[in-house]
Amino acid sequence: MDNIAGTKSSLTWAVHLSVVALVALWLFPTVGLLVSSFRTADQIATSGWWKSMFPSEQNLTLRTEAPETQAQIDGLYVIEGKLFEEGKDATISVWGISSRAISDFNAGDTAELRKGGTVTVQADGSYRMENAEPFEGSRGSRIFVTAETPPEFTWANYKNVLITGDATDNMTNAFFNTLTVTIPATIIPILIAAFAAYALAWMDFPGRALLIAFIVALLVVPLQLALIPLLRLHLGIGIGKGYLGVWLAHTGFGLPLAIYLLRNYMVGLPRDIIENARVDGATEFQIFTKIILPLSFPALASFAIFQFLWTWNDLLVSLVFLIDATGETTVMTKQIVELLGTRGGNWEILATSAFVSISVPLLVFFAMQKYLVRGLLAGSVK
Amino acid sequence: MHPAILGLVIIIMGVGGCVGYFWLSNIVLDNFIYPPRGPNAGRNINRANIVRPWLFLFPALFALSVYLAYPVVETIRLSLTERVTQSDGSTTYDFVGFANYAQMMAEDKFWEALGNNMMWLIVVPALSTAFGLLAAQLTDRIGWGSIAKSLIFMPMAISFVGAAVIWKLVYDARPPGTEQIGILNAIYVWFSGNEPQQWLTVPFWNSFMLMIVLVWIQTGFAMVILSAALRGIPEETVEAAIVDGANPFQIFFKIKIPQIMGTIVVVWTTITIVVLKVFDIVFAMTNGQWETQVLANYMYDKLFRANDWGVGSAAAMVIMLLVTPILVWNVYNARKEMK
Repeated sequence: MDNIAGTKSSLTWAVHLSVVALVALWLFPTVGLLVSSFRTADQIATSGWWKSMFPSEQNLTLRTEAPETQAQIDGLYVIEGKLFEEGKDATISVWGISSRAISDFNAGDTAELRKGGTVTVQADGSYRMENAEPFEGSRGSRIFVTAETPPEFTWANYKNVLITGDATDNMTNAFFNTLTVTIPATIIPILIAAFAAYALAWMDFPGRALLIAFIVALLVVPLQLALIPLLRLHLGIGIGKGYLGVWLAHTGFGLPLAIYLLRNYMVGLPRDIIENARVDGATEFQIFTKIILPLSFPALASFAIFQFLWTWNDLLVSLVFLIDATGETTVMTKQIVELLGTRGGNWEILATSAFVSISVPLLVFFAMQKYLVRGLLAGSVK
Repeated sequence: MHPAILGLVIIIMGVGGCVGYFWLSNIVLDNFIYPPRGPNAGRNINRANIVRPWLFLFPALFALSVYLAYPVVETIRLSLTERVTQSDGSTTYDFVGFANYAQMMAEDKFWEALGNNMMWLIVVPALSTAFGLLAAQLTDRIGWGSIAKSLIFMPMAISFVGAAVIWKLVYDARPPGTEQIGILNAIYVWFSGNEPQQWLTVPFWNSFMLMIVLVWIQTGFAMVILSAALRGIPEETVEAAIVDGANPFQIFFKIKIPQIMGTIVVVWTTITIVVLKVFDIVFAMTNGQWETQVLANYMYDKLFRANDWGVGSAAAMVIMLLVTPILVWNVYNARKEMK
């Protein structure tokens, strides 16, 4: 808008840079977790995730083959091999044979071993030990190397969390439990709310304004108030703790926003269509199912996304209404909180579990962002 | 029965039940109770139209009353009673007046939670709205603005628990001398040369570390709403200011901000409500230790750890009391709008 008057803002560069900084600040924490979920426990513990993209210099303690593999070549006892496992692409810069002097030699140098003989280590990790006498002992010599290793990522954490992990690490059960909570808790309130919203938008009856005010008031009632009375109610009428209870609770808590959003949207539909249908003899039920519902699709989608994100990400309602002492019905958020307590240092498990839980809402978010934004605007801007 | 199958059955029953209820009740109303035929056809149509809205509304009103309206009343009652286990094993609820409130007020933990909540109430809405406004204003002027927006908006989709894990990694501390894997400590040690800090255990500042998480989540929301409001500003006002020689800062602060003040207030109050209910972040990151307690977590502690329903309900009423001004204001606005 600034160049309307012919003065293209000189601030353009500053704007670009500020936005880059903002986006980086907002993205960095999530990227950190994502990157960490693809690293091994050792890598996470020894270097920051931001270094994982670049080759890193690491101090490693490696061991040569045991003396039993020695061969006799030209009168010398020789052990040959590679210090790194097959496929690892590391480059040794300096190395040593004592833990107090780990950088005494350059790659390609030859060192005298204390027990007799010499060892030569090349940059690619291949070594050759020579001795006039046979090598003795059951284990190989330790070699301390400073090596540059290329970035390395692994799927092992995901495999552990999704397939092979034991009960505390494995998320599959919690994943399906979360899904079981989420889907009915998203669909049922939409249907109930749609009928109510239609009545509030297009039917005339005494008390309508009062009801709308009632719903606006309920929009902000903190659900903390509902925990104890409803838990008592559920226990009293025999629902107890379980899926039915959590579905009902989510339905109740989601309804005010659903009715409010849908009513605001339906009020804006063209009056002519509805009145023409009435004149043509359509019943209210037909008008609702054949005209209002299809036309309200964007609003229905908006609310569905809200409710899905909210129920998928919820912890409190599940804690109170769903998860019983056996823990069979645990959801992902609860399991992650438990992991935070018991495995606070095992970032490879934490990061991966968190990402399994985050990935579904993120997918929904990026796929349906348009509807989410629309819903937000309808829900808050007056 | 496997819960997934049960879920499917419930979906079908729930959806089928709802559709069946609406469909059948309308048929019954139109064909049997007030049929639009015979001598009283006109009167019957009118009567049916008086009854019908309530048929449409009944399931929603029933659920709202049971799940939101009744708990408010019941919580007030519970906050005034004490749960007593009688000698025969049954529990009764004795009226104790304001004893629960008095007991709560005598606890340091409550004042700590209330004080922290007040801090949250100032810091989080202010920072989220400010960052949101900044992001909205800046991204509206550049080509890749929509991508930038969706990246800043993204934390909206992440659960509070997920965000807690993300930020715990940011705040992670390793012993001095070893390499830091939390980016905050890495930067801190790099610049100051001091020993790394356990950020979440430093009283007073650790509350801010938790607030940052919520600001990070809510900024996207503020940005989306404010960006739409900024676009709605009539261009003539901005053009007139440019012609009069205003610089971009003057345009922003003196022309644009005053015009979107209403929206800023809406964003602010919406985030305020989120802050009052904030539970998961504190629960997952510190669980109220090291003086980071907030009301919602305090209440959860009372209800489910100490099993003290009276004091827990009293704490819930405090949250309700803090929400009430916003509730009244919203209702007032909604009514004004409908007239």
